[in-house]
Amino acid sequence: MEKRVLLGRRDFSWKSFFLQWEWMLVLIFILVNVINTYLSPYYLNGDSLRDATMTFLDKAFIVLPMVLIIILGDIDISVASIVALSSVVMADLYTRGVPMELAIFICLAVGTLCGYINGLLITKFKELSAVIVTLATMIIYRGIAYIILEDQAAGKFPEWFSYLGWGYVGPVPFIFLVFVLFAILFILLLHKTTFGRRVYAMGSNATASQFSGIKVDRIKIIVFTLAGLMAAVTALFLTSRMGSTRPNIATGYELDVIAMVVLGGISTSGGKGRMIGAILAVFLIGYLRYGLGLVNVPAQMLLIIIGLLLIAAVMIPNLKGRPYKGKKSG
Amino acid sequence: MSEYVLELKGITKAFPGVRALDQVQFQLKKGEIHALMGENGAGKSTFIKIITGVHLPDEGELYLNGERTEIKSPKDAQKLGIAAIYQHVTCFPDLSVTENIFMGHEKISRRAKRILWNDMHAEAKRLLQELGSNLDPRTKMGALSVAQQQIVEIAKALSMQARIIIMDEPTAALTTRESEELYKITEKLRDQGAAIIFISHRFEDMYRLASKVTVFRDSRYIGTWGVNDIANEDLIVAMVGREITQLFPKRQGEPGEELLRVEGLGKTGYFADISFSLKRGEILGLTGLVGAGRTEVCQAIFGITDYDKGRIFLRGEEIHIKHPWQAMESGIGYLPEDRQKQGLVLDWGIGRNITLSALDQLSSRGWVDEQKEAELAKSLAEKVQVKAQSIFDLASSLSGGNQQKVVVAKLLTAQLDVIILDEPTKGVDVGAKSAIYEMISELAAQGYGIIMVSSEMPEVIGMSDRVIVMREGRVTAALDAATVTQEAILEAAMVSQTIS
Repeated sequence: MEKRVLLGRRDFSWKSFFLQWEWMLVLIFILVNVINTYLSPYYLNGDSLRDATMTFLDKAFIVLPMVLIIILGDIDISVASIVALSSVVMADLYTRGVPMELAIFICLAVGTLCGYINGLLITKFKELSAVIVTLATMIIYRGIAYIILEDQAAGKFPEWFSYLGWGYVGPVPFIFLVFVLFAILFILLLHKTTFGRRVYAMGSNATASQFSGIKVDRIKIIVFTLAGLMAAVTALFLTSRMGSTRPNIATGYELDVIAMVVLGGISTSGGKGRMIGAILAVFLIGYLRYGLGLVNVPAQMLLIIIGLLLIAAVMIPNLKGRPYKGKKSG
Repeated sequence: MSEYVLELKGITKAFPGVRALDQVQFQLKKGEIHALMGENGAGKSTFIKIITGVHLPDEGELYLNGERTEIKSPKDAQKLGIAAIYQHVTCFPDLSVTENIFMGHEKISRRAKRILWNDMHAEAKRLLQELGSNLDPRTKMGALSVAQQQIVEIAKALSMQARIIIMDEPTAALTTRESEELYKITEKLRDQGAAIIFISHRFEDMYRLASKVTVFRDSRYIGTWGVNDIANEDLIVAMVGREITQLFPKRQGEPGEELLRVEGLGKTGYFADISFSLKRGEILGLTGLVGAGRTEVCQAIFGITDYDKGRIFLRGEEIHIKHPWQAMESGIGYLPEDRQKQGLVLDWGIGRNITLSALDQLSSRGWVDEQKEAELAKSLAEKVQVKAQSIFDLASSLSGGNQQKVVVAKLLTAQLDVIILDEPTKGVDVGAKSAIYEMISELAAQGYGIIMVSSEMPEVIGMSDRVIVMREGRVTAALDAATVTQEAILEAAMVSQTIS
């Protein structure tokens, strides 16, 4: 039999490079900014743009791990409740005299634990889907937050704590720097490590991944735990910006986050999409909201526009960038 | 009027890459029970699907009562009085017996479009009684035994005035007594004038019921005989007797030390008392009919399912494997039966599929070295001779045989001693088959111990050093390469009391 030689390199094509959903997002992003500038003379103002960025970035921390969860083909709707619970625990401990540094650490620990519990339940009880498990924990986590604070507000944090939400490093908001740092970490995690590769494999074919010797349960637990940790990070920044917290804080965040991930071109059936898409979607929706808010477009109208964008994202799957797309052989 | 209620001539049906039926013929008389026999993959199922309108034939003619007919859909078949009853009853377990019988043709009042429950229950009761059953038609289907469910299915066929009834391995899941009941019912149907096609692997069924037997082999029609006109041995030869050509490479070398030993492995409801050992460089064939429990045993060894009895030793040490990754770390690999669902990430390239089990050795501190990865993928893809342009070609774009080579290449990335191959040549054409055989014997020569699960008799005999035959979850024979024959395997695989 003749010896076959396979190409070990893939030819680069500009056409398929630009035919990716992420470029579509860039285009829409530019369009949004052009329209906003045209609509309102106040839009292109450095200070207010910066402030706007600070207000929508808090939930962006959850978008990063949510990308991993949705690539796995799962979903986590308990993240907003985790934000509330970890924020409330932190505030409650602080009012009871626990040093703020320790309270922050416990806040992160609570979020991580909540995420770990989600992952554990989902992998132990395989007959339950992630949406059911996190629906239950969504109610439970929020319920505990209400038990702790009884619908009161808690706050009066030390002065320095407000730096998280309001501080600047030179001209750049602190929250922006932290987000960029996390975004880079998650991009590397998803696209450059064995972990990220295994997440893609599990999302594309869970059975084949298990049969290939991947520790599927462990990876799933880690991903959900990461979501819990990042929800706690959101809790820190959000609580800092608000100055106080209530058990109903961050209500509805889970849907905002999932909408951003889907708009970012991450397929809800798993295995497809890229981190950068979701990050672009965060800024796209953020500036869209801010710009339309400036010209007094009602919030409901805004929801409709975001809804339409979502449908477009789902309807143009052929344009979507496929992470491991290869050339079809003839 | 023709002598036959059903006659098929020159039926051919091809699926992408496979010719499932090739110029097949069949004749069925009124009031006849006609046995249809053949190995797994001989084309029986496709043939049934053509009669019941699930598939349309590419070529050939079908006559009902002498009239040329085309059966275009299952609904057509129903209207023409053709019904099929399967081994695994396809029912609605949460609905009542009555609802199952009348599913799709409920009795409805003319004006109000109301469902006539009382009429339906009464009619169901009558049909069941006709079959000698006292089942309450209000019982939920899921509460019944398989045998009872089959009776309901037959009642359903009768309620639709079926004149041609196909029974596809109806006795496979039944006890001897239940089978006897089913025989009686089948005879009753025949006496009432129905024509019955009875598919079974059990010679017992054939001798007890049928007057004629037709054999298919390799998608072809082999012959039809009166049941009493053909000797048992001749029938077996008709079913399996294909020429074994040079498909199987010659192998040299003696098996080495013992690698794997399984002692009394059991899982309630699936298999029991499985014991065997495997040596280095040896190919152990594990065969039996589909559903005999072979895959379950392999998956228990590989840690996909658990077992509740028995012990497994690897290189002399007892192992407790609960997950596939543990199996692979200890040196056991598994090539799954369904390569598309269990073996490949179809929308990934060949390269990434091959390296999926090898990511740890291709990375440092978790970072994938893509250069190293591409080199390994390329060298292995070339070693197993995947036919493709580049390692970035999608796995889904490959033919069955080439997909299988990719899964084998993936196994080769791991440090394994034992490789379990589950139906390695299933759905693969002859050319790719011989390449896979060559690969398997080369692996054995390199010192792997290989367990090959296969339903294909020639493959088992041609490749194996030893053969283990399973039936109904138990080992019924352990045969040596020197003495193994197809007849011996078939005897052990099927119910054997009546063969001698």
